[in-house]
Amino acid sequence: MAATNQTTGTTAPVSGLREFWYYFSVNRGAVIGLTVFTILVFVAIFAPLIAPHLPDVQYRDALLKPPIWDANGDPRFILGTDPVGRDILSRLIHGARYSLFIGFFVVVGALIVGVFLGVLAGYFRGWVDALIMRIMDVILAFPPLLLALVLVAILGPGLFNAMIAIALVLQPHFARLVRAAVMAEKNREYVTAAKLSGAGHFRLMMITILPNCLGPLIVQATLSFSNAILEAAALGFLGMGAQPPTPEWGTMLATAREFILKAPWVVTFPGLAILITVLAINLIGDGLRDALDPKLKRS
Amino acid sequence: MLNYVLRRIALLVPTIIGISICAFAFVRVLPGDPILAMAGQHGVTPERYEILREQFGYNLPIWQQYFDYLWSVMQGDFGISLATKRPVINEFMALFPATMELAFVALLFSVIIGIPAGIFAAIKRGSWFDQVTMGVALTGYSMPIFWWGLLLIIFFSGYLGWTPVSGRIALTFFLRPITGFMLIDTLLYGNWPAFVSALRHLILPAIVLGTIPLAVIARQTRSAMLEVLGEDYVRTARAKGMSPNRVINVHALRNALIPVVTTIGLQVGLLLGGAILTETIFTWPGIGKWMIDSISKRDYVVVQSGLLIIALIVMAVNLIVDLLYALINPRIRVQ
Repeated sequence: MAATNQTTGTTAPVSGLREFWYYFSVNRGAVIGLTVFTILVFVAIFAPLIAPHLPDVQYRDALLKPPIWDANGDPRFILGTDPVGRDILSRLIHGARYSLFIGFFVVVGALIVGVFLGVLAGYFRGWVDALIMRIMDVILAFPPLLLALVLVAILGPGLFNAMIAIALVLQPHFARLVRAAVMAEKNREYVTAAKLSGAGHFRLMMITILPNCLGPLIVQATLSFSNAILEAAALGFLGMGAQPPTPEWGTMLATAREFILKAPWVVTFPGLAILITVLAINLIGDGLRDALDPKLKRS
Repeated sequence: MLNYVLRRIALLVPTIIGISICAFAFVRVLPGDPILAMAGQHGVTPERYEILREQFGYNLPIWQQYFDYLWSVMQGDFGISLATKRPVINEFMALFPATMELAFVALLFSVIIGIPAGIFAAIKRGSWFDQVTMGVALTGYSMPIFWWGLLLIIFFSGYLGWTPVSGRIALTFFLRPITGFMLIDTLLYGNWPAFVSALRHLILPAIVLGTIPLAVIARQTRSAMLEVLGEDYVRTARAKGMSPNRVINVHALRNALIPVVTTIGLQVGLLLGGAILTETIFTWPGIGKWMIDSISKRDYVVVQSGLLIIALIVMAVNLIVDLLYALINPRIRVQ
């Protein structure tokens, strides 16, 4: 359908992006996920303009106010206030900045390191490969959250250190993926042709081979994005990630824990925000996988 | 097969060495001084400090400390906890059954629900059941389990008052552990009320810990089943006029379950990681809570040996899964 106007009667190839969008948009969940994610990005960018209050201002006259649909709700605070009288909605809106930033930073970091190591291992093989992959095996032998916890304990609790720890824990997945893809591509004709034209190692690795391994990498990056947000929230919840009063969602949950039975809303909304964000990204990931995996396309 | 087993084990040796170096090195670079941490608030005199340093071997060169550590570990000596002054291995052995029990029930929960759900979703591909199941599975997969646990506590413990909030069993019961597994121990004593109490304590943590494995298993079962249902031998079986039930149960299911078994095995690392969060929320006295408490108390020896033991367990389980896989699927062995 999408391509009929453009290619009436001819067999001109559909552009890659168009083809991708065709397969991606078939997946209703993926489109919903993308929509939610776009809204979240918008909210994060314009947080100071959208949020009704400042995230750190404490309204001493309105401690632990329930959301406005509750009989005791305060019309100033749509989702209620926390134990020190801060507006929960405003904190959630500002928290979106942290979560998306964490996801983005971690994925970029893990991607750069993982791709570099993976290409190196798959391209050179031999002892370089053995050394790199054994190190990756060691990292993967630890439960990710436990390893991140210990790394944060070493680096010192805080958001930035938590991001470094999570990036380090997630990067072996990229390395393994890229290594396998590079090994599969390395002996194809186009690579040999490039080699014969005098392309150096760096050019062969990064410009000739790497772009042909992009599909699975994009899917893995999406999955890592949601994983990073979850892990960062978990670290925040355990007191090892972002420190109070940062309005990071996991940290908000940690400080609200003792009020769970007295004021359930202080616990409910930050977690819901995490769930919605992660779910939206995973929906996009599923759609990307379906659109980028040639094996599934034909079925 | 024996050849394959030996080769797989040999491949693990560098990883094990790497893990031991990591566990050892992490703890050396942790901020703070282990001896001061051990002394607590009272502090130590400089003379006593030197004596302790020598006693624990912190004055030796770092490589020698590493080899000493490795040597004692190989003899089963994982050091003495700085906080409790008890051997780490004893503490581990006392707490591990709690985590095992929790993880086992969680895995059971996820397998019992996840596999049938995945199978039916695949058979009824595109139906409302399929869509709802996969929607729920993706939600479960995206779940921040620490929040999920708090929600369940709010609802089942706070609102309905059905389940206790923390611990493994009501404090009114005191049973000397036999196996360390509360459900089994209470049955061995024939103490029915204690068994019910243990079960009520276990149910919410097991659901929380089992949620992500459940989602993974359901999704994996569905896609494995879909793949198998498209195979020629399934079509042949159908064409021969076999009943749909027989085709699914005999021809499709058996082959579809092979990758699922691998997936289940790989959940063990995830379960041990998830146990940190679950045990923290429900104050479950297992190794997850032990590790996080030790990290915050800077109990170096426990963190170091705990990391090592947990990584070794994960690796051993992965090895067993791989070997089982090779046993079922001979093609793997030849490679």
